[in-house]
Amino acid sequence: MANITLKDIAHSYTGESKNPDDFALKKLDLTWRDGGAYALLGPSGCGKTTLLNIISGLLHPTRGEVLFDDQDITDLPTEQRNIAQIFQFPVIYDTMTVFQNLAFPLKNRGRSRKEIEPRVIELAKILGLEKNLYTKAQHLTADSKQKISLGRGLIRKSVNAILFDEPLTVIDPQLKWELRSQLKFLHKKFGFTMIYVTHDQTEALTFADEVIVMYEGKIVQVGTPEALFEKPEHTFVGYFIGSPGMNVCPCDLQKDRIFIEKYELALNKIYGEVDPSSKIEVGIRPEHLSLAPPDTTGLPVKIIKVDDIGRHKIVRVALKDKEFNVVAPELSGMTGDSCSLIFDIDHTNIYVNDHLISGERM
Amino acid sequence: MQLELRNVSTKVGSEFHITDVSLAFEAGTLNILLGATLSGKTSLMRLMAGLDQPTSGKIYVRGKDVTGVAVQKRNVAMVYQQFINYPNLTVYENIASPLRIAKVAKNIVDEKVAKVSTLLKLDNLLQRKPQELSGGQQQRTALARALIKGAELVLLDEPLANLDYKLREELREELPRIFAETGAVFVYATTEPSEALLLGGNTVSLHEGRVTQFGATIDVFSKPANLITARTLSDPPLNTLPVIKFNNKMMYKSHVEIPLIGRLPDLPDDDYTIAFRPHHLCLTRKFDSMISVKAKVVVAEITGSESFIHIDVAGMRWVVLAQGIHNLDINETIEVFLDPSKFYVFDRNEQLVVTPETVPGI
Repeated sequence: MANITLKDIAHSYTGESKNPDDFALKKLDLTWRDGGAYALLGPSGCGKTTLLNIISGLLHPTRGEVLFDDQDITDLPTEQRNIAQIFQFPVIYDTMTVFQNLAFPLKNRGRSRKEIEPRVIELAKILGLEKNLYTKAQHLTADSKQKISLGRGLIRKSVNAILFDEPLTVIDPQLKWELRSQLKFLHKKFGFTMIYVTHDQTEALTFADEVIVMYEGKIVQVGTPEALFEKPEHTFVGYFIGSPGMNVCPCDLQKDRIFIEKYELALNKIYGEVDPSSKIEVGIRPEHLSLAPPDTTGLPVKIIKVDDIGRHKIVRVALKDKEFNVVAPELSGMTGDSCSLIFDIDHTNIYVNDHLISGERM
Repeated sequence: MQLELRNVSTKVGSEFHITDVSLAFEAGTLNILLGATLSGKTSLMRLMAGLDQPTSGKIYVRGKDVTGVAVQKRNVAMVYQQFINYPNLTVYENIASPLRIAKVAKNIVDEKVAKVSTLLKLDNLLQRKPQELSGGQQQRTALARALIKGAELVLLDEPLANLDYKLREELREELPRIFAETGAVFVYATTEPSEALLLGGNTVSLHEGRVTQFGATIDVFSKPANLITARTLSDPPLNTLPVIKFNNKMMYKSHVEIPLIGRLPDLPDDDYTIAFRPHHLCLTRKFDSMISVKAKVVVAEITGSESFIHIDVAGMRWVVLAQGIHNLDINETIEVFLDPSKFYVFDRNEQLVVTPETVPGI
């Protein structure tokens, strides 16, 4: 068990280069605390799997060092790093029983039966595999097989970290809920450092205490699920997290107010002077917008479309040619095609060239 | 085009894979086949396409019996989860390929490719090769090729499953418009309830090769005819409580008593299952008629704006979906509150007998 530090790490698949575009992973510094639950979240090609493989030792970084506590392990091969990795598809022995599969990592390291048996049984119980302990893995369903993979990752108490690379992709939605809550429970119970790679925001946010959002080879934000939702530091984070994502709309900024399509909106913060040539945008989540009858205080908008997705409605509205998504509760009766759009000022963020700027509270 | 399946079954050995399916899809409609892995989605699509023949039952296209007619002789297009494009052809040639095979004149090919590529937002990418496209663009190319044939029946087998979460969100938003413009019958298989609800249209709920309900997606969601349909359409999963009504009391063992209000007094004494959605299970008492139940926290998941709290109630697992951040400790005992006006009640045969009071039109 150790803190894992990535120091000035960068990686190019074509080797050292002067061209920054060659780097799938741009320069980054990051420390993973021992026992933390982390998620690496981003779209395909953002560098998240590259980063995972550098930690596990499957890839040697072009630049920088990997440290376990103070020890430089950059040149250490995977098998000496004491890290467990769980992949998208179950990696198990089909002809072995569940018990044999779970026991394998311990047996392989010469542990005694006396030590192995209680551990296997304990883990099988937590994973809900105890009824199938003596069944061959090939007779089990996809989700049970993936549970065995998880179990094999968790069986050794001494691992430095457990890495998950999109482990729930092949699992049906209903079972995803079960497996996810089991993972979270296992983390709380055993206190392993867990790093979970996914492009699915729900999986990342529900699993992790801290989420690292990656975009085009860079880390754009590290934060708690709450911070990523309430205060996205980059418009990409706002867009990528939340469904639908944050509304981002060009505006003019004047100290404590903004103008969208000439309509004025008073804020509760004062912002400093911003270079007029930069891109200024307002960001607000659909959950922080609401609709009121027309001609009340609010911006006059037209309703373009209402999607009833069960638990709530997603209403698409237009202020001239600027469109916004609004999340409305399930029972709101929407009639007519025009209404007033109300901003929750406490949750209205201002972005300059895609980066969040902070104002002074009034 | 109208597609109809009448009492269609398939048998492999003595085992039914598809059991007595009757469905009718109208032209210009989107029809979602929703169900878990192995519920029969792909089997049904293969029957509709003519790739497989039913053991019994008939398939009609525009009232004409096509049972036994080979796939080549039907006007069908299929798009798979794993997008398939010709790697050495440009996007233009990929889309045009069915017309090339049919030896269509060049000016007509140009015209049709222009139209369908605009519809799918590929018009700026026509000279690229598939590997230079994102996953979403590749899947759009495959979809464009399916549409350009002018097929009357377009079958999409989990077309978004291999795409990033956000790309899925974008395509899901565009698909209904594309479907509406072509006038074909679309059949769309997915395992995800949230995908069905976002797409709208009609939904066929499938379970073990049988249709459990067919209707407008939002109606199937808000008024599921039976418990299995309710479960199939729910993500997060539905909470259920088995109760016995006897002697003017409705009880779950000795743990929970359900007051007989609304339509509950009219039900004859018997076994029932009460079901309610996670966002209708609350952490605070919002009004007097709510029912208090003691629960133990299994694990809490935070999504940024909401929390999913998995709880144990006398051995049953429920999920609370609560607004805001609730960091509750594992094994903490809490009180949760049920809203009886939001109950679905199913009889001993799992058929719906009581719907929530707020569902309109009942």
